[in-house]
Amino acid sequence: MSLMTEQLVTITATVNGDQVTMHVPAHRTLLEALRDLMGLTGTKSCCTEGECGACTVLLNGLTACSCLVLAAEVDGAEIVTIEGLAALDLQENFVAKGAVQCGFCTPGQIVSAHALLAQNPNPSEQDIREHMSGNLCRCGSYKRIIEAIQTTAEGRRNA
Amino acid sequence: MLKTDIGEGLHSQPVGDRKADGYVGTSVPRYGGLDRASGAQKYIADFNFADVLEAALVYVPVGRAEIESIDASEALAMPGVERVITAADLPDPMPWFGVNFKDRPVMVAKKVNYYGEPVALVLAEDADTARAAAKRVRVAYREIPGVYNREQAIAEGAPLAQDASDPRVRPNDPLRESNVIEKQLVTWGDVAEQEAKADLIVEGTYTYPMMTHFTIEPLGLVAEPTDDGGLTLHLPVQHPYLLQHMIAGLVKLPLSKVRILAPDPGGGFGGKQIAKYSPLMSFAALLTGRTVRFMYTLEETFLAIRRAGSWAHVRTGFSKAGDILFQDIQIDYVLGAYADVAPRVMTKGSYVGAGPYHTPAARIDARALLTNTTVSTAMRAYGVPQVSWSCESQINEGARQLGLDPAEVRRRNLAARDEAFIGGSHPSVSDGDWRQVLDKALELSDWNAPLGPNCGKGLAMAVKPSATTGLSQSLVRLLYDGSAMVYAGTSDMGQGARTIWSQAAADELGIPIDKVTVVSGDTDQVPFDLQTSASRSSVFMGDAVVRACRDLRGRVLAMYAEVTGADPEQLSHEPGKLITPDGELPLEEAARKALGSLRGEFIGQGTTRMTGVKGHPLGGPASFFELNCTVMKVEVDPETGYYKVLQHIVVGDAGIELNPVQIAAQDEGAAVMGIGQSAMEQYIFDEHGVLRNAGALDYRIPTFMDIADDFRSANVENLDGPGPYGAKGVSESGLLVTSAALGAAIQDATGVQVRDLPITYERLWAEINRSKTTV
Repeated sequence: MSLMTEQLVTITATVNGDQVTMHVPAHRTLLEALRDLMGLTGTKSCCTEGECGACTVLLNGLTACSCLVLAAEVDGAEIVTIEGLAALDLQENFVAKGAVQCGFCTPGQIVSAHALLAQNPNPSEQDIREHMSGNLCRCGSYKRIIEAIQTTAEGRRNA
Repeated sequence: MLKTDIGEGLHSQPVGDRKADGYVGTSVPRYGGLDRASGAQKYIADFNFADVLEAALVYVPVGRAEIESIDASEALAMPGVERVITAADLPDPMPWFGVNFKDRPVMVAKKVNYYGEPVALVLAEDADTARAAAKRVRVAYREIPGVYNREQAIAEGAPLAQDASDPRVRPNDPLRESNVIEKQLVTWGDVAEQEAKADLIVEGTYTYPMMTHFTIEPLGLVAEPTDDGGLTLHLPVQHPYLLQHMIAGLVKLPLSKVRILAPDPGGGFGGKQIAKYSPLMSFAALLTGRTVRFMYTLEETFLAIRRAGSWAHVRTGFSKAGDILFQDIQIDYVLGAYADVAPRVMTKGSYVGAGPYHTPAARIDARALLTNTTVSTAMRAYGVPQVSWSCESQINEGARQLGLDPAEVRRRNLAARDEAFIGGSHPSVSDGDWRQVLDKALELSDWNAPLGPNCGKGLAMAVKPSATTGLSQSLVRLLYDGSAMVYAGTSDMGQGARTIWSQAAADELGIPIDKVTVVSGDTDQVPFDLQTSASRSSVFMGDAVVRACRDLRGRVLAMYAEVTGADPEQLSHEPGKLITPDGELPLEEAARKALGSLRGEFIGQGTTRMTGVKGHPLGGPASFFELNCTVMKVEVDPETGYYKVLQHIVVGDAGIELNPVQIAAQDEGAAVMGIGQSAMEQYIFDEHGVLRNAGALDYRIPTFMDIADDFRSANVENLDGPGPYGAKGVSESGLLVTSAALGAAIQDATGVQVRDLPITYERLWAEINRSKTTV
């Protein structure tokens, strides 16, 4: 991506706990800034129109499609990507339940699931389906993702 | 019981000699799973390349056109634009490529054959500039008539999708003056005789939409010229070796100078097989001497690959008791502008059109049609979902009209083990206990349980022939410390191939699974594998890995005998062990003793090789069959056509579940994809052949909201497959008959039979209303 010829906006944000100052072209998305400027390639790009959820990150604690957010908008925000998520139990349960297949949608799924559990430690299956419905998985691991989230919720309740 | 089997073919594998209490048969976690869950796994878009030229395609906004001129001057004047490549820059004559037919030019010069086909390639220092410049390449074109659907393709005097005035178009092909690229007629028995006996004949016409793979990872590739005049291609691909061979032939380099580095695909489903724009990018890299990267958008991926749609007209005869007496099937598969592998999609799919039944007579008259649309390629379950939608719907309709239970009709007609279910000159026999599959599905679904109001149930079965030829070679190294390296070139695209091989290798060598490293994805490092397709990874490469381990054990034995002076005749080996007259030794201990103070390692080699049979409709007998029984129960709102899938049960025949969790994930995943093809997915072309719904906003695939509340999968296991320990391949069977099971369930609930997919709520609403007005 060429950055030198475009108008740059300076932003400071917290990314995975570190304060970061970036000079980003005004039209660049948060997804591009994370992947291309910061090398945080765990966040994936697919549809680039907010439909597939592969680029999901936490923006001030809530899930956001980073392809629909301009990087210039996140000045002062707190961003967490898959690389900065403290959710090893959730990640291990995804693997154990077979919820990870090709893995390309998985970071987005896990970020979404993490946000759900933060808001609702005891989600019903319907809660999970509705919350996760913006994250597409073409390998069709949906049932297993639901199980991984339920198992994680149960584990955290019993912890 | 155990003997060292380093025979190469399938069906020579001794069964039942796996290690007791080993990893095989258990759900060890996916190899590389945690890397995927943590974001550490690198896909093609995640790698950095120095000094890259970014590529953008130039295409015209119609499906068929003659190119009059291309003016790149404005694009070339933009800062950062390095070069614009057109057909004129490529070798003359233009190299053509293809699998079934070499019918596809690296880039078209004069005639565009489908919407999205590139006429120029812009190379720039960054992707934005390349894409902006692509818009400024002025292409003067004249739209000419094309064929964009089946009806247009077969119409009298239809334009030809491939211009037969060009002598290079399918030379010597008797069909070249038509839009039919391949025909196949499979017949057995006497249809007329059975027809005379039939108590009921059901007749119907069915369509199946064009759809696409929609891997969440779009396509992308990087072509890198090397210092020694060679070429390295980086791309997610299901057949690195076939691609290497194809590219080497096109750019005229020895195989040893063409390297394919294949990061794990973020989903494949057939869409990452067979070259699309990799030949063009290879020439671009060699022309410029620079690394060229092309990352497709999702929309561009839609324009590059899809699955064949179909039209079928079927007549099915029954006896009163429910015997299927004949199937008279006429089916057209609607391909794109170039053959790709899709003629074979037609031949393999239609071959099993009459289903897994001992039908006494059948006539399966199938054609593959070219149209000026997106090139149709392999997709999960190849050509079977199309034909089974038609034929299984026919059987359900027959059962309904006869007042019989559709499950009992299946039971009555299913081929028994070793019984022929396809007759004619190249018959096929059942390789499993298929009634067990039906019984398990009935049991899991509680088939006879009463249904609520506006609810219905449906059931269907089908069989898919797996690979008919193949070659998989593996190397296994047992290192001095008892760890092992497995080299296996099949692509791990989500099916979990590495997990299965590491389970088998750990058991065969008797070492902990976390000491096994699997290397794949590099043609410079890893021996040949034909391709990752047809659910073959566990069977073909799995056998090769097991054979490599056994070969390695034989080498340990020989060297142990040499070093210790033991009589080799007195030694034998078993999974994980060397057996000596003085007792058993763990293999790694025996290996270390044999290697001695010089250290070193043992290397074993294994090959699975299956050659075809000339003249066979499949190219040879199938290595195994994937069978499936699907049961669906739905609840329909008759006022709106909205429906909900309450229950979705899929049962297959795995031979043995090598890793139950991975198999369930694949079976369920196929079933979810089946919901897509049945209920929501379709390509929509306008009258100019332009795809109007490319991308995620306008093309819907299943989400968390679309799966059944009661969604389960299972397999029968009779250790009767040609793969390791009796395994058959899985991964495709779950979507063979989703459509027919869903259609039957909806008909059971509403009385309306829908014959065109997808069964959208709107379509169902319209059909319900139509049935009201016609009654």
